[in-house]
Amino acid sequence: MSWDWEKLKDQQQKQNGPGVPPQVDEIVNKFKDFKFPGGAAIILVFVALFFATSTFYTVKQDEVGIIQRFGRYVRTTQPGLNFKWPSPVEKVIKVNVKRVETEEFGHRSSRTDARSRLATSSDISSVALMLTGDLNVGVVPWIVQYRIKDPYNYLFKVQDVRRLLRDMSEAAMRLVVGDRSVDEVITNRDEIASEAKRVLQEELDYAEAGIHVVTVEMKRTNVPEQVQPSFNEVNQATQEKEQMIYKAEEDYNKAIPAARGEAERTIQAAEGYALDRVNRAKGDAARFTAQYKEYAKAKDVTKRRLYLETINDIFPKLGQKYILDSEQNNVLPLLNLGKENGGK
Amino acid sequence: MRSKSLGILVAIGVIALIVYSSAFIVGETEQVVITQFGRIIGKPITSPGLKFKLPVMQEANYFPKNLLQWDGDPGQIPTAEKTYIWVDTFARWKIVDPIKFFTTVNNPFNAQNKLNDIIDPAVRNMITSYRLIETVRASNRPLKRDAEVQPEQQIDTYYSVTTGRRKITQMIMEQAQPKLAQFGIELVDVKIKRINYVEQVRKSVYNRMIAERKQIAEKYRSEGLGEAQVIRGRKERDLKKIQSGAYREAQEIKGKADAEATRLYAEAFGVDPEFYSFMKTLEIYGTALDKNSSLVLSTDSEFMKYLKGYSD
Repeated sequence: MSWDWEKLKDQQQKQNGPGVPPQVDEIVNKFKDFKFPGGAAIILVFVALFFATSTFYTVKQDEVGIIQRFGRYVRTTQPGLNFKWPSPVEKVIKVNVKRVETEEFGHRSSRTDARSRLATSSDISSVALMLTGDLNVGVVPWIVQYRIKDPYNYLFKVQDVRRLLRDMSEAAMRLVVGDRSVDEVITNRDEIASEAKRVLQEELDYAEAGIHVVTVEMKRTNVPEQVQPSFNEVNQATQEKEQMIYKAEEDYNKAIPAARGEAERTIQAAEGYALDRVNRAKGDAARFTAQYKEYAKAKDVTKRRLYLETINDIFPKLGQKYILDSEQNNVLPLLNLGKENGGK
Repeated sequence: MRSKSLGILVAIGVIALIVYSSAFIVGETEQVVITQFGRIIGKPITSPGLKFKLPVMQEANYFPKNLLQWDGDPGQIPTAEKTYIWVDTFARWKIVDPIKFFTTVNNPFNAQNKLNDIIDPAVRNMITSYRLIETVRASNRPLKRDAEVQPEQQIDTYYSVTTGRRKITQMIMEQAQPKLAQFGIELVDVKIKRINYVEQVRKSVYNRMIAERKQIAEKYRSEGLGEAQVIRGRKERDLKKIQSGAYREAQEIKGKADAEATRLYAEAFGVDPEFYSFMKTLEIYGTALDKNSSLVLSTDSEFMKYLKGYSD
């Protein structure tokens, strides 16, 4: 209750401060005129001072003041200097409506918060352990950021808003995670966070807690430590799978273009063959036709000439030559064919 | 003069005391039951503000009016399929009938015990009469999973949720609420804060998870192998297709060329086949015979006939 402290300090300053303010002097004098006993006068002075200082108060830029008259809520005041009835009649509670508060679940940030120090480490881990919809266990740490949106509800509708927020956050998160598979819990963090935020806001509105959930943010979701290696193995297997496919594709890409080239070569070669064959045929035919044309003019003599020319060409090149008389029969036994060649 | 002022002071003091003991403030979060020597007088005061009562004789008993918290004792509860789970619940409640509350429970601290006595068994009843999956899940939302492994092992994940967590908590509330009404308490809601496997079960669940992951990993590996084989097969097929296609095309081209050549030869040589065979034979003599060939010639032959003599 900071405002109590301020007042107290104000009073102390006035008591101890150098020199008594002029009005106070007047009042004191007034009381002296009535000839009250000295002690009673001083008490009255303090009572009056107390009333005077409790009639004004300042509300900071990020706050609003909630005024209760004899316990009943009467008005909300805006930032600046404000006045009210003195203390027992009206009471002010200042509520910061701009500040965003953070609650952490299942993990502890580096900054040591006085609140989170309360939670023991075993408690932290059990906050984060959750059953997923496929009856597996996930580790889900998260934070909730919130601010006060309705100071009236915040102050008067729920006994312990922070506790309600913490309990509700856990219930909401578990409800959402309970409807997701462990795979989704690990990969679909954003979707879970926004769904949890929706559920949580709904519950808080239902409870009239006066809280606006700014954000629900998931930290690194995981599976319990004991199970992690096997999850990593799955990741590894995925990599292996991709690698195997890449390898096969690589083989494919290595072989197929080469084969295409080879095929092209075969076809080109065949075309070459075709050209060769046709050209040769054309050449041969042309040669023959030309020869024949001349041959037809003098068939007999040309035939003889060609024959003898060929004999002339071949004969010198031949090895053994045997000439037999046509009347001599049965010469073969005498002739050792191939002897000269075989002797080599 | 002096005694008179003292008398005034005393009178003021007495009046102040009377006012002080008869006036009381009821805050926004409070409600009050007035008792006179312990007996309840009139209706409870539920609106906030400055209120009055008879001094000294009457007493104001304050009760909270706002939403209160009840935190259940976390405990082990077996589910319908005899799996032990650890359930932590909380509830919110408020005092709707302060007079009943005052007479039966008296103060919020006692109320916690009453709530324990009533909500805890209700939670237990509901949890034990449903399967675990019903308590965990809230709807039949289909789960996205990395890989499906042998459905018969995962029977629970394919189990269709008929009740769900929301309805179970609703039923816990319905079971507890009538019993709490007699205490002037309204149960606003009951929620399951935490639900988890107990230590021993957790271990076997972890083992199951590990086994499941191993299966998935194996599945990926064999999928990889399979897909790689498919690609290899495609490679083989494409290779054969390309090669045979090329062969076919080449043969066709060659065949056409051969046909063309044949046609050309036939056209040319057909004029005089006899002369063609004469020419071709002579040509072949030139290429077929060499110094390794032996020749036996008869003098009957055209070439040698002049060796025997010349005749006309």
